[in-house]
Order: sequence, then structure tokens, then C-alpha cells
Amino acid sequence: MFQRLTTLKESPSQTAGPYVHIGATPNWVEITGVWKEDLGLVIVGPDTRGERIVVKGRIFDGSGNPIKDALVEIWQADAAGLYNSPEETRGQADPNFVGWGRQPTDAATGEYRFETIKPGRVPYRDGRPMAPHITFWIVARGINIGLHTRMYFGDEETANAECPILARVEHKFRVPTLIASRSEENGMPTYTFDIHLQGEKETVFFDI
Amino acid sequence: MSDQGSYYQRDRSWHPAALTPQYKTSVLRSPQYPLLSLDNTISEMTGPRFGHEKIGPLDNDLIRNFAKTGDPIGQRIIVYGRVLDENARPVPGTLVEFWQANAGGRYRHKKETYLAAIDPNFGGCGRTITDEEGRYWFRTIKPGAYPWPNGVNDWRPAHIHFSLFGHAFAQRLITQMYFEGDPMIWQCPIVSTISDKAAIDQLTAVLDRNATLPMDALAYKFDIVLRGRRSTMFENRMEGN
Repeated sequence: MFQRLTTLKESPSQTAGPYVHIGATPNWVEITGVWKEDLGLVIVGPDTRGERIVVKGRIFDGSGNPIKDALVEIWQADAAGLYNSPEETRGQADPNFVGWGRQPTDAATGEYRFETIKPGRVPYRDGRPMAPHITFWIVARGINIGLHTRMYFGDEETANAECPILARVEHKFRVPTLIASRSEENGMPTYTFDIHLQGEKETVFFDI
Repeated sequence: MSDQGSYYQRDRSWHPAALTPQYKTSVLRSPQYPLLSLDNTISEMTGPRFGHEKIGPLDNDLIRNFAKTGDPIGQRIIVYGRVLDENARPVPGTLVEFWQANAGGRYRHKKETYLAAIDPNFGGCGRTITDEEGRYWFRTIKPGAYPWPNGVNDWRPAHIHFSLFGHAFAQRLITQMYFEGDPMIWQCPIVSTISDKAAIDQLTAVLDRNATLPMDALAYKFDIVLRGRRSTMFENRMEGN
């Protein structure tokens, strides 16, 4: 007999289902009194360093309909480009910024919305700087395994042009699916990042 | 963590595919382009960590954490297990979230219209943080099977949803736990999005009579495996840290 590899297999994914909010944002679906506040709804506090921004958008299915039962999570560096994680070894991230957020898409409009800060640049594996980005993870009914993508910033053209990740997108016409457009909303810089799960405008998703 | 490298690549033939037409909602919600493969960067090898200060004393007790007038009705059970990585190392200090229907298969959710009754003493959500050995446990009511509008007469097996963070965003996982011996596992279009029977078995909790509390609650054991990390031996490239 050959020797055997002894690694375990990862637990297989299953869809989060239509009622993911019961576990992820119970107060949002009126299961109140179990825990005080839903995790990840508020990302920034008065002492968080960096430029305040709004990130919002909708998630469309292959027919162009916005999905109203998705759960969106983001993970990002602080304004100096450091992650608030024990695995971060380059320095101490802003203690007033967790860097992780979670929002349901609106049951009526399908819009998700985060109030956060614009992240600094972080290095690629070889040390070259990646463009500022926010990592997205999307789960919903009908999605069997969570989808990873990244949001880049439309007003970071120079950084985007030299980002080693964006350079990996073979079909260049798909790069804009990762770039959010900037506008102003009530005096706040607002980035709109629509995600298309399928079809002509399909967003680039990553196997990370 | 400078001695540790990227997470092992996900085995996407072990996981369910995106497009699984027998689960109808997946048809319009599955990407058609291939995923773009990336070596992990620090953006994926880091992730949020949640402290015990976020967790209340009843957060892992679904029998008590929503109770208004008494205990919920149904089969009292304990669910316990370990969170490990593919190298069989424990994953300590990580948040585990779970949610489920009540004993009759009814979810407490505003979009849910199934005619089985809401239990006034059951919310259906819980969470806990694994201990230093990667162990977790919670107490709940065994959920009922549940009909859903997929096929004309499709029913979900009894199941509890699980959400895991691990130590890195690359390990983020949502899955479902099924119960040993449930004949409905093998007729479910969501279970069968997984093609390998061994992978389905990995999601099936086993009855553990040794952990049962006599005259109180049955126990089910459910271990969860997250992605493991490469060691960086023989590698001279930067790992982003």
C-alpha cells in the first residue's frame, strides 16, 4: 500500500438560504432581545481614522432582477492599509476600525449600503502595492458557495492601472465590473458597486 | 504567522457547483464565467476576530435565549463538536453562528408563510466562540422538516445552518448540518447539489448517546473542517507578511 495523506476534507458549503438573517442579523428580522445588536451593521465610530465614504449597490440575477434576500459581507484594510486581524504582521491597525461589515440587501429595493472609510493600499505577494480595494463575500438563497469579489475605486485610476490583481483579468472588458463609480450623496463621497451574478455584465468572481 | 503560507486551494468538485438546476434558484444566481483563481494575498489571509465581550451568556442556549413564558416545545438536544482545519489542527477563538426552524419546521422570519405554528418561546438563532481546543456546543430544539416551493412536493430534511469565520476571510464558510438517519437527506435537491456521498456524510451529525444528558437532552456531534494552510518550507517568495 502507498502511504496515505492524512489531511481532512473541508466541510462542503451549502446555501445560506432565504432566512440567513435569522442567524446573521436577527434584530433586522425582528428577533429582538436575543442579542443587543447585529454584528457588522456599524463599522465606523467617531474615532475611526480615514475618509468617510458610503458604499452601496444592488446584486442582480441573470434576468436583471435585484436580489432582495442576499447577505453581503465586506473585509477591508484601515486608512493606513493595515488589517485589524491577529494575522496582520506589518503593524498595528486602527483599533477603532474592525474592517468587517455585514448588511442584508433591502427587502423592498434590493440595495445594500455600508458606511465605512476608504482603505489604504496593501501589498501583493511580491511587495508591489495593490490598488485600494474592499473584499466582498456574497451569500443568498440559490448561491451554493459564497462568492468572493473585490470592489475597486473609480477615482484611483493610477493605482488601478498598476494593480497586480486587476492585471490578472484576461478579458479586459470585464475589469470595469470590479470598479465602483464615485458620486456625492448628502455631502458624502458615495461609491456605487452593482454586482451582476450572471450574464453580459457578469462581475468577476475569484477563487481565492 | 510567518511560518505559514497560503490556504490550500478549495476542492470545488467536493463543494457544490454554482449551477445545480434541480435547485431551481441556482439557475439564475450562478456565474457563467469561470472564477478567476488567485494566490492568497494578505487581503484573504486575514479576517475579523470577535471577542467574548460580544457574546451573551444565553447566546448558545436556544432553549432559553428567546423564552417568554416557558421552554419551547420539541425534542431537546445538545449539538457539539470541534472546528478543525484540514491539517486537523483546532481552530480556537472563532465565531460560530447557527440558525434553524422550530420543532414544526417554521422559521421566525417575516418572509416565511408556512402554516406550521410559530413557537412563542423559540427564536432560532445562536452563536458561540470556540474554546482553545476548537470546541463549541449549544443547546436547542431539534428542527422539523420543512416544505419549500422548488418541486411541487419538496421538503428540506431537518437541518441547522452554520456560519464560520475561521481566522482568515479565505476560510469563511456557510453550510448546513443534517441529522443521522434522516431519510429525507437523500431526496433533497439542496443536499444533492453536493455530488459526493462522502461529502454529504461530512454534513451529517451523529447521535452520541454517551454525551446525552439522562432524562434531559439527546446529543449530536458535528465536527466542522475549514481550509488548512501550507507551511512555507522550500518557499522563498513573499507571503505578503
